[in-house]
Amino acid sequence: MDTILEIQDLKVYFRTIFGDAKSLDGASLRVYEREVLGIAGESGCGKSTLVEGALKLVKPPGYIHSGKVLYNGRNLLELDDEEFRKIRWKELSYIPQGSMNSLNPVIKIEEQMIDGIISHIDISYPDAKEIALEALSDVGLPSDVAQMFPHELSGGMRQRVCIAMSICLRPKIIFADEPVTALDVVMQKLNLQTIGELKERFGVTVVMVAHDMAWHAEVADRIAIMYAGKIVEIGTTSDIFGKPLHPYTKGLLDAVPSLERRFSKSIPGIAPSPLSWPSGCRFHPRCSYKMGVCEEIDPPLIEIEKDHFVACHIYGGR
Amino acid sequence: MENLLELKNVVKIFTRANFAFSREKVIYALNDVSFSMDAEPKVLALVGESGSGKTTICKLILGLEEPTSGEILYKGVPLYRWLKENLKEYRREVQIIFQDPFETFNPFYRVDRILWTVIQKFNLARDNNEAKSKIEEGLEAVGLRAREILGRYPHQLSGGERQRFMLARAYILRPKLLVADEPVSMLDASLRAVFLDHLKEFKRNGISCLYITHDLNTAYYISDYILIIYAGKILERGPVEGVIRNPLHPYTKMLINSIPIPDPNKKWSDKVNIDITQLQKVSGRETVDGCVFYNRCDYAMERCKDNIPPMKRVGEQEVSCFLY
Repeated sequence: MDTILEIQDLKVYFRTIFGDAKSLDGASLRVYEREVLGIAGESGCGKSTLVEGALKLVKPPGYIHSGKVLYNGRNLLELDDEEFRKIRWKELSYIPQGSMNSLNPVIKIEEQMIDGIISHIDISYPDAKEIALEALSDVGLPSDVAQMFPHELSGGMRQRVCIAMSICLRPKIIFADEPVTALDVVMQKLNLQTIGELKERFGVTVVMVAHDMAWHAEVADRIAIMYAGKIVEIGTTSDIFGKPLHPYTKGLLDAVPSLERRFSKSIPGIAPSPLSWPSGCRFHPRCSYKMGVCEEIDPPLIEIEKDHFVACHIYGGR
Repeated sequence: MENLLELKNVVKIFTRANFAFSREKVIYALNDVSFSMDAEPKVLALVGESGSGKTTICKLILGLEEPTSGEILYKGVPLYRWLKENLKEYRREVQIIFQDPFETFNPFYRVDRILWTVIQKFNLARDNNEAKSKIEEGLEAVGLRAREILGRYPHQLSGGERQRFMLARAYILRPKLLVADEPVSMLDASLRAVFLDHLKEFKRNGISCLYITHDLNTAYYISDYILIIYAGKILERGPVEGVIRNPLHPYTKMLINSIPIPDPNKKWSDKVNIDITQLQKVSGRETVDGCVFYNRCDYAMERCKDNIPPMKRVGEQEVSCFLY
């Protein structure tokens, strides 16, 4: 499979009065063409920061410390804001977290979509309107939605409007940050299936950030597990669920309550603070397989099997 | 033995703002809801999607809203009398945990203040030492270490710790009933289990819990009884094992089918096939004719349209559907 986007050792820090909070501290990742890549982890592990960093959307006090985001042979982080603005949406689109609440309440859905289209490509108003209407029907919304105001729609439908906006300009990659959080189960299912279909129909690549492993099981092709600002494991969905390697991944899978298993175990301890990550492997204070080496050396992400990477000393990490 | 809490044919109607030329619109947030919790400590889960009236029930029980008609009884005494004559005792016995652990704290004060206030207002301790030991006991009951928590500000605690802190506050009061409105929806999966285990522990200590959620997974995890509510009406109820394993109402079946299973080999086999435009009409219906689920039901029949299906007993479960 061809790599469409490559993130190399990306670091995004936030300035605070106690020093830099290293929310994303060296994440490397390849996104393959036409796949759904899921990014999972606890809150505060840097999932959203990773996406914001890759799209150069980090706002002060945050800043991109170092790293590369390679797309089409170019390092996106070297582009200036105006150049980046041109490819954002057109080639890399983004569905931010809680986007269903970010629609302007006093403007009709249609106008909001047209506004976005016109500001990114050179196009006449009627053509832009056509694109907007087509995008709405692509996500299964009836055309009268275009004439409505956001408050007339339910949360799930507003979320679909945001999905429609993100595919208007036929981007190559869609970054979706928690696209179904805060919806009820039926709507979650509907919207996840829509996202899965986009991949088939338009050949887009989807990077989906979500904290619930069950959603990844439904739609993702590959999953990256993040912990404390780093990626600790990446593999195909069947590998991650079938033979998880990292102790944290195992813990995460055990913690999911489900109807099939009436008990669930939680991971002991609490997530560390980005102001002072633990030394060595950042999971060691909570890990039940802890060895001496874990406290001193941070394990690198190594390929154990084909397309299955893990950062853990148990697997001979040097 | 009399019931701890009983709702009898409760109706709550909200009136939409009446503009000069439009007809006044009424919305049935709750439509003839009856259920009870007996005196033996239990966890009752109230499951429904957004807009189904879950939070309205919660507000009615706490006395934050008044029912339009119908009656709420606590220990056999109407709620309005509790509120009027014995509010303090009612507040002590019925406690709430809110959904958002970030907004329930005042960021300017250290967290200790919450527990001290509770002890002061309800005269729970004779002197400082007793108060201190009560606080420590409360925190211990929810797995927090007093040494690490007290003296800190809310922003220094994680979401899971804050939510458990609120649980400690409730525990100090030794309530009879704890109303938890989506207590874990803002917490990570790894912290949810911890929180829910404490609720289970509370049950063993004689505290009943009304667990309000949209998440059947967690409801199944902790509850004994389950109520499925949709558009202000109870559609199905029964012991949790029965309702989950053998759902009767088409809506319950749909909910259970929609839950993603954390296993890539068991993906959804079917597609959601509903007219999305119908979805927005779910919350708050204006009419009361017919089954509330009529528009979305795969098994809808002619008589569902105009007749309200009565509650029917099937085994240990009760269901409001003409299929039975």
